[in-house]
Amino acid sequence: MKRKWKIRNPQFRAFLYLLPALSVIAVFQFYPVLKSFFMGFYTKFDYLTDTVEAVGLDNFLYVLKDPEFALAMKNTAVFAVISVPLGIITALVFALILNSNIRFQKFFRSAYFLPFVTSMTAVAVVWRWMLNKDYGMVNALLSVLGMPKVAWLTDAQMTIPILIVLSVWKGLGYKIIILLAALQGVDERYVKAGRMDGAGSFRRICYIILPILRPTILFLSVTSLIGAFKIFDEVYIMYGQKPGPLQSGLTIVYYIFDKFYRHWEFTTASAAAFLLFLVILFFTLLQFLFSSERRKS
Amino acid sequence: MRKGKKMVTVLSYVILAAGLLWVSLPFVWMVLTAFKSAKEVLSMPPKWIPSVWQWENFKMALQQVPYARYFFNSVFTAVMVTVGEVFTTVLAAYAFAYIPFQFKNALFLVLVATMMVPGEILMIPNYITLSNWGWIDSYKALIIPWCASIFSIFLLKQQFESIPISYYKSAKINGCSELRFLFTILIPCSVPTLASIAILKFINCWNSYMWPLITTNSEEMRTLPVGMAAFSTEAGTRYHILMAFSILVIAPVIILYLFTQKYIVKGVSKSGLKG
Repeated sequence: MKRKWKIRNPQFRAFLYLLPALSVIAVFQFYPVLKSFFMGFYTKFDYLTDTVEAVGLDNFLYVLKDPEFALAMKNTAVFAVISVPLGIITALVFALILNSNIRFQKFFRSAYFLPFVTSMTAVAVVWRWMLNKDYGMVNALLSVLGMPKVAWLTDAQMTIPILIVLSVWKGLGYKIIILLAALQGVDERYVKAGRMDGAGSFRRICYIILPILRPTILFLSVTSLIGAFKIFDEVYIMYGQKPGPLQSGLTIVYYIFDKFYRHWEFTTASAAAFLLFLVILFFTLLQFLFSSERRKS
Repeated sequence: MRKGKKMVTVLSYVILAAGLLWVSLPFVWMVLTAFKSAKEVLSMPPKWIPSVWQWENFKMALQQVPYARYFFNSVFTAVMVTVGEVFTTVLAAYAFAYIPFQFKNALFLVLVATMMVPGEILMIPNYITLSNWGWIDSYKALIIPWCASIFSIFLLKQQFESIPISYYKSAKINGCSELRFLFTILIPCSVPTLASIAILKFINCWNSYMWPLITTNSEEMRTLPVGMAAFSTEAGTRYHILMAFSILVIAPVIILYLFTQKYIVKGVSKSGLKG
């Protein structure tokens, strides 16, 4: 007779089901979160033997006083503050158009999404070539319009604008899909009621559709802000592993990467990473605050 | 009134077309460059259409870069990560959706909080862990840290919970074991969600750059993005070869995207609705 092997205790059963996922998460997510928090406080640390000889606030003080970190913060903040609203407004315009009775809706949506699935590495290499001063496409287009050449990649003034355009380009399709999903959830009756009351399409958008989309726009703002604060790959590759001309593309993650991977200053890098975490935590809490306030009202 | 409406429609198409042009120009420029000769790439003023389409550029790209090796690394890593994640996700989502256990809510909260922490912050301690284990420069380092995703667990848990509980009860009454219920009923009912999770994971893994960059140091272990970035600094002015190579890097994902768009769109819009 075959005996059935069964575990009755739900605690133990749940544990077995969770074990594979939790063991990976515990080692590579739980532990590093705590570890990176503590590492910021290690002032004498040998990572090979994992021994800590002294602790203190020196790393945080060093990072906060480091003019390079201040520059990285400033560059990243300027990038985020411009690229996030610009990206959302652009996507909103396209989503609203696509949501109206338009032909080839699916075709346009697929095309706009293409940059999102392509590797940032390849994209950054292509953009670097496009922006080449002598042989690039952008200057060729400008010369057709009779405008002078621009030294896109060596002019420090141009770095942040280029990164903004690139990020809007890359994220457009993602935001359009999310906005379209939300727009399809808008109850037609509200829009119809607005039309009957004589509201034109512009006013219907401003006073009926946008307020309904508010939670989605808030979600997009927060996730894009977080993404913007983590910008790295595109800078690192487009500027040949340098932080742009005159450090104009020095971002927070670039700073962390540089300290960690180039100078092997693990503890300084951890302190900087922890400061980045605080910034991101702030935005996340902001989202919670806004969305729970909405639910109450 | 009618005239105004027509104007709006025309304007809409103009905006859409302009957007299309903007989105596709880098791709167009990449493809055109990939077929030019070395001389045409550096011609002044730039030539748009190659006079002779140079298919050899692709052959040269394959010769100058160990593409096959990079390709294998990328495919192997992405497939293993995807399989691993789907495996751990299915089991964990099942536990969350169907097994009543103690501290479920507490665990849930801890996981949500962990999900908020950006991956860049985990990078340094994870690097130390892996180097202490002697895993640097191995497939283990590329694969195992990514084999579980909290977000996917939540997504699949929601999907499992949307399946009527009566299925579970009747399966239990008929003596169906839990694992059998999971594999013969829950999973077949959740194929679209699983497909979204798997495809998005595959693409993410294929495109990831920083992690393979820091955890590999030999050329044999490089994935396509890392190999591409390395080649881009060696290539100099051989932009035609570089562009041919970059087509070879992004083509697999674009082909995958074209065939599985439905699931990608679904997965992405779901990630938005959560907010």
